[in-house]
Amino acid sequence: MMLFGPGHRACAGCGCAVTIRHVLEALEGKCFVVNSTGCMEVVSTPYPESSWEVPYIHSLFENASAVAAGIETALKSLSREHEGKVVVIAGDGATADIGVQTLSGMMFRGHDILYVCYDNEAYMNTGVQMSGLTPLGAHTTTSPAGKSIPGNLGPKKDMPAIALAHGAKYVATASMAFLADIKKKIRKARDITGPSYIQIHSTCVPGWGIDSARSVEIARLAVETGLYPIFEYENGQLVSVRKIKNRKPVEEYLKVQARFRHLFKDERGKEIIEKIQEIADYNAQYYGLDA
Amino acid sequence: MKKVVEGSVAIAHAVKTIRPDVIAAYPITPQTHIVERLSEYIADGELKSEYVRADSEFSAISILVGASATGARTFTSTSSQGLALMHEVLFNASGMRLPIVMVVANRALSAPLNIWNDQQDSISQRDSGWIQLYAEDIQEAHDLTLQAYKISEDIEVRLPSMVCMDGFILTHAYEPVDLFEDEEVQKFLPPYDPKVYLTTEDPLTFGALATPEYYTEFRYVMQQAMERAKKKIRKVFTEFKEMFNRGEESLISLYKMEDADIAIITLGSLTSTVREAVDRLRDKGIKAGVVKIISYRPFPEEEIRKSLDKVNSFIVFEKDISLGHEGAVFTDVKSVVYHMKDRPSAFGFAVGLGGRDVRESTIEKLIVECIEGRKKEGFYFGDVKRVKEILK
Ligand SMILES: Cc1ncc(C[n+]2csc(CCOP(=O)(O)OP(=O)(O)O)c2C)c(N)n1
Ligand SMILES: [Mg+2]
Repeated sequence: MMLFGPGHRACAGCGCAVTIRHVLEALEGKCFVVNSTGCMEVVSTPYPESSWEVPYIHSLFENASAVAAGIETALKSLSREHEGKVVVIAGDGATADIGVQTLSGMMFRGHDILYVCYDNEAYMNTGVQMSGLTPLGAHTTTSPAGKSIPGNLGPKKDMPAIALAHGAKYVATASMAFLADIKKKIRKARDITGPSYIQIHSTCVPGWGIDSARSVEIARLAVETGLYPIFEYENGQLVSVRKIKNRKPVEEYLKVQARFRHLFKDERGKEIIEKIQEIADYNAQYYGLDA
Repeated sequence: MKKVVEGSVAIAHAVKTIRPDVIAAYPITPQTHIVERLSEYIADGELKSEYVRADSEFSAISILVGASATGARTFTSTSSQGLALMHEVLFNASGMRLPIVMVVANRALSAPLNIWNDQQDSISQRDSGWIQLYAEDIQEAHDLTLQAYKISEDIEVRLPSMVCMDGFILTHAYEPVDLFEDEEVQKFLPPYDPKVYLTTEDPLTFGALATPEYYTEFRYVMQQAMERAKKKIRKVFTEFKEMFNRGEESLISLYKMEDADIAIITLGSLTSTVREAVDRLRDKGIKAGVVKIISYRPFPEEEIRKSLDKVNSFIVFEKDISLGHEGAVFTDVKSVVYHMKDRPSAFGFAVGLGGRDVRESTIEKLIVECIEGRKKEGFYFGDVKRVKEILK
């Protein structure tokens, strides 16, 4: 049985749908899903249809962590914890921006909840606006590459560090390019009692301006350039990183996406690319990515 | 068990006997004593509910959305800014037909900041799909809290309820209250049987996306549920009266209306003041009566129309204003008399805003002004001074 069923309306090549399917497979359907407003909710639940073969609730854009806390608390109160793990599946905007307070409260109170952020690096559902996880240099509809400003000027908010600062017992990143790794990490988080946070880099074909057939390959490039470090913290300690053999220059990742196209047009773009390379170099050094 | 207790303690006691599975709340004046007392019951092991100290009212009500959807009986309480912060979630909870019960300790909304009583907070949420019940005194607030669960949890209704009690005036006052016994409550309120809820044994989707093809029907069935709630409220009130020997059987309560020429319509604790003023007017030969609105949503259209059948005029006293128009309750009451043949004259007053004391003498004076034709039909602020000081 498909747990995230066929027939959903996600775009061809949607990385987020792939991510969700594998999250649910790893949990073998023994879970309660709380989904924030966003692409994945909209494509999967057009009444009277639903793609979810697990108990599922969508409430609002910014309250998934609180709703999940309510489910977890109710299961405890009704002695039904055995039914499964409470899992939040939320976009990057829901996670890093508008829902960060409810996420903070949930982690602080120590609820037994697995929080999965599918990170497609912008508000895709409303038409590709900038979020707190939009990377440096990216063109979005609210950080457009213009004549005087070359796209998004800030780096990604460090959500894993924020989760770690709350004392989350398990904090990890993953990528839809490495599905077995997603499943392994989801199972690990499931078996921990308490809050855990997993951020999964997931492509968006229209939002990034990529070829749908190259979705996985482009996600892999983000890892191979060091721009999306894949790591794992247990009890606050870094326990594993995905090593990179012959780290690729960031241009290889940037040049295949329309959202970075403007960076290749002038001197100013070149400077931004240099800064993006610095981020990759920093990641490589900080997490020890180079094999 | 009759005892002199603070209003907040009476509410906490009622909640203790109702035994919600999950309570989530965030502190705000004048709601605090309710949640503090509930916390004490839990700390002392007298109440077994799970209590979540939420990070905001927005989170508190969201937590209850999750808990209620999972099949738990839930409770929260808030006031003013806290209720305003819940606004988005209120529509969501009613739309998912979750029978959450909340006690609102009514308080004014900022700016300017004001922690004192009026009813702008809950009246401003009247379109949110929540049943709204207003209490006149502590006993009624205590009783309505239990009744609200029975109404909301009924499969024919399945809408959340707000029990509104005036902040400070009721939450912080002491009155003798006939407090519930555990066994009475167990007898009156059946265990919560959610019928549809989130479980891995039978996976359901809550909170789907409804396109224009479906959305209207979702709203339509909620409106029908509100209609059914009217019947259910009457039924639950009647059952309550049979068992506890107190309370009303209708969505409104009438006082000296049998031969009244003029009806004074109000809600909440102001009713007691209005009643006193009416008694004084009766002594002077003025045939006034009182219509107390207990259920503001669903609105007691039929009851109010019937109660106004023989009067020449009515006056609404309310503690809110829909800025740019008039008092919300005034508008609602006028809509009910629109189809009457001999439509009574209509007067409305906003009084008691931001905790301004409302005296019997003020109410009496305003009623007399209306009767004597010194006021034209319409809506007024009952008590305005100092405007010049504020404008300068
Ligand atoms: C309070 C509120 N503000 C704004 C919106 C509009 N909105 C809906 S989804 C969305 C973006 C979601 O972005 P993200 O969480 O990254 O998920 P994605 O669509 O990318 O999957 C926005 C801005 C909303 N639904 N609620
Ligand atoms: Mg996104």
